[in-house]
Amino acid sequence: MKPSNITQMPAVIANNISKSYKDVMALKEISFSVDKGEIFGIIGPDGAGKTSLFRILTTLILANSGSASVDGFDVVKDYKEIRKRVGYMPGRFSLYQDLTVEENLSFFARVFKTSIEENYHLIKGIYQQIEPFKNRRAGDLSGGMKQKLALSCALIHKPSVLFLDEPTTGVDPVSRKEFWVMLKDLQKQGITILVSTPYMDEATLCDRIALIMNGEILKIDTPQNMVNQFDKTLLGVQSKDMQRLLTDLRLYPQVQSCFAFGDIHHVTLNNVDWSKDDLTKYLTEKAHEDIIINPIKAGIEDCFMDLGISNPSQTN
Amino acid sequence: MKNTNPFKQFIAKRFAFLHKSSFLAFVQKEFYHIFRDTRTMLILLGMPIIQIILFGFAITTEVKNSQIAIYDPSNDIATHQITDRIKTSQYFDLVKYIKNPAEINSVFKDGKVGLLIVYGEHFNENLMHTGKAQIQIIADATDPNIATTLIFYASSIINSYQLDMMKQLKIPYQIQPEVKLLYNPQMKGAFNFVPGVLGMILMLICAMMTSIAIVREKEMGTMEVLLVSPMKPILIIIAKTIPYFVISFVNLITVLLLSVFVLNIPVAGSLFWVIIVSLLFIFVSLSLGMLVSTLTNSQMTAMLVSGMVFMMPVMLLSGMIYPTENMPAPLQIVSNIIPAKWFIISIKNLMIKGLGISSVLREVTILSSMAVVLIAISLKKFKKRLE
Repeated sequence: MKPSNITQMPAVIANNISKSYKDVMALKEISFSVDKGEIFGIIGPDGAGKTSLFRILTTLILANSGSASVDGFDVVKDYKEIRKRVGYMPGRFSLYQDLTVEENLSFFARVFKTSIEENYHLIKGIYQQIEPFKNRRAGDLSGGMKQKLALSCALIHKPSVLFLDEPTTGVDPVSRKEFWVMLKDLQKQGITILVSTPYMDEATLCDRIALIMNGEILKIDTPQNMVNQFDKTLLGVQSKDMQRLLTDLRLYPQVQSCFAFGDIHHVTLNNVDWSKDDLTKYLTEKAHEDIIINPIKAGIEDCFMDLGISNPSQTN
Repeated sequence: MKNTNPFKQFIAKRFAFLHKSSFLAFVQKEFYHIFRDTRTMLILLGMPIIQIILFGFAITTEVKNSQIAIYDPSNDIATHQITDRIKTSQYFDLVKYIKNPAEINSVFKDGKVGLLIVYGEHFNENLMHTGKAQIQIIADATDPNIATTLIFYASSIINSYQLDMMKQLKIPYQIQPEVKLLYNPQMKGAFNFVPGVLGMILMLICAMMTSIAIVREKEMGTMEVLLVSPMKPILIIIAKTIPYFVISFVNLITVLLLSVFVLNIPVAGSLFWVIIVSLLFIFVSLSLGMLVSTLTNSQMTAMLVSGMVFMMPVMLLSGMIYPTENMPAPLQIVSNIIPAKWFIISIKNLMIKGLGISSVLREVTILSSMAVVLIAISLKKFKKRLE
C-alpha cells in the first residue's frame, strides 16, 4: 500500500546515522526514509543495531553523528514534539505487571492526556480480545495477550508514527499472525509503522524492508523486488544425515554457501553451469542416502544470507 | 463505562480535570505499586512501630534498681552515711553486706549483683586526719554500658557526699565538679534514640525506597516508554517521590504518637517546628534518593548505594548510637556531611530540650542548603534521555 500523495514529506528520515558504544560501532552511517502510511520493516539478527536505531528515532538516545527526523521534527532539537506524537513499544513489553489490564491502558492514556473512551475506536480490534481479562494483572497474562495490551498502550494516544521493536519476539505463531493482521488494520487508519524483527517470514508482510547487519544497512527494497533480484542458483538439498550433509555440501567446490533452513539445506551456487548429476554423484560418494536436490525460489532469508556474505565487513 | 448513580456522575464530572492530569495518573499508579506489594508496605509502615518498641523496651541503656553489694570493714559514721545515700537512691538496691574479703569475687558469680562498693579500713579516721580515704568500686563489666552507668551513678553519690563534707569542714578553697543531668535527669535511653530512629526511618524510606522505585522503572524498561511521552521527565521523578513523602509523613506522626503515649516522652518544644524540621529532612532524603536514582541503573546497585552510603553512616556517624563528640577528629569532620546528624541535633533541641527554633537555626540552615544543593545536582544529573 503506497501513500496516496507522493509529494508528502516522508514520515521518518535518517541521514548517515552513526552510533558507537565505547569501542563497539552499533550503527554505521545509516540512511533511509519511510513514507507516510507505510509499514517499514527493519530485518536483522540480534545485535544488528535495530534497538539502537529505534532509540535514536524515538529520541531516547543521541546519535554520534548524522541527523534524523520523525514527522518533520528533528530528533535532537524537537524531541518534545516527537514524544507527543509517536507510539513506542520496546522489545520487552514494558507494562506494569502489578497493574491490571485496564489500569495499564488507562495510565498510558492519561499520561498522553487522553482517555480510553476517546480513542477506543483505534484499539477496539485489539483491545476487545483482551477486554474480558481487563481486571487481571498484566503479569498474569500470556505472552500473546501481553503483546496485545502493549500495542494497545502504544496506540491509545493515536500516534502518527508507531515504532515497534521486535514486537513478536517470544510470542506464539498464532498470536504473531494475528499481530500482523492488526498492523495491516492500523496502516489503513493512516499510521506509519516501523517494525523490527529477526523473523524473515514477517519481512514479506512489510511494504518495504531494510536488511540490517552489524550496524549497516545491506539493502532497502520491497520484499518482492528483493526476492526477484536474487540472481544466483538456489538449491534445496536433503538426505538422511542432514548434519553431515551440511559439511559435505560446503566442501563442494561450486557451492558458495550452504545454510540449514529447518529440514532442508539451502545451497547457493557460484556457478550457473551446474549439473544435478555431478552433485548427486559427489554426495553418493560421500555415502549419503535418499538424496533430494531441487532448484528453489529464493526467500528473503536467502537474500539476507547472500548479502551478508558478500558484505566485506562480515568476516565469517 | 456508565455510572447510573447520579452522585457518582456528579463526582466524575466535577473531578474530570483530575482524571485528565497525567501527573495525578502517575501518582495514583505509584500508590497502586506500593499498596499491592503488601509485604513491603507492612514493613514500611510497621518498621517505625517495631523499632520504637524495641528501642524503648527491649534495648534499654537505662539502669534502675540495680542490685549492689557492700563490703564495709570500717563500719564507722562516714561509711554509714555514704551507704545510706546509696540505699536511698532509686538506682540501687542494696542486697548484700559482705563480711569477708574472700567473698568479693564470688559475689558477682551468679550475675545478679552489678556493683560492689568496698570501703577502705579506718575510713572515717583516715578521712578526718589525712583528708584521704580509700573507696573501691567494682563493677560487673560484662555489659560495659551498664557498668559505666552504674559506676557513674555511684561516683556521683560519693562525690556529693564529699562535697557536703567539705562544706561542713569549711575547707577554704576547694572546687568540686558537680554532675547534673540536664533535660534527661533519669537518663532515659528513649530520649536519645527517638530522634535517631526517626532519622533512620525517614532516610530509609525517602532515600532508599525512592531510589529503588525509580530505578525499577529503568530496569523493567518502562522508563523507556514513559520518556517517549509528553510528560516532562522531571515530573516522572517527582510523581514517584510523592507516595514516599506521604508514607514518611505517616511514619513521622506514628513515631511522635508512640513516643508521647507509649514511651511517655513529651514533645517539650513546639510540635509545629518539630514537624517542619522533619519535613525539611524528608526533602533532603528524597533529593538524595533522586540523586542515587540518576546515578544507578539497577535496583541492586541503588539498594547497596543507599544502604552503604546512607544507612550505615546514619547509624554510626550521626550521633544516633555513638556520640559524635567521642569520635576521632577526622570522623567528626566526616559526620558533618551527614544530614541525619543535623536532623537529630535539631529534634533533640526542639522536642526534648524544648528549645525554640532559634536554637537550631544553624542546623536548619545546613539542612536547607543540603536540600538545595542536592536538588540542584540531581536536576543537573537528570537525563531526559536514556543515557
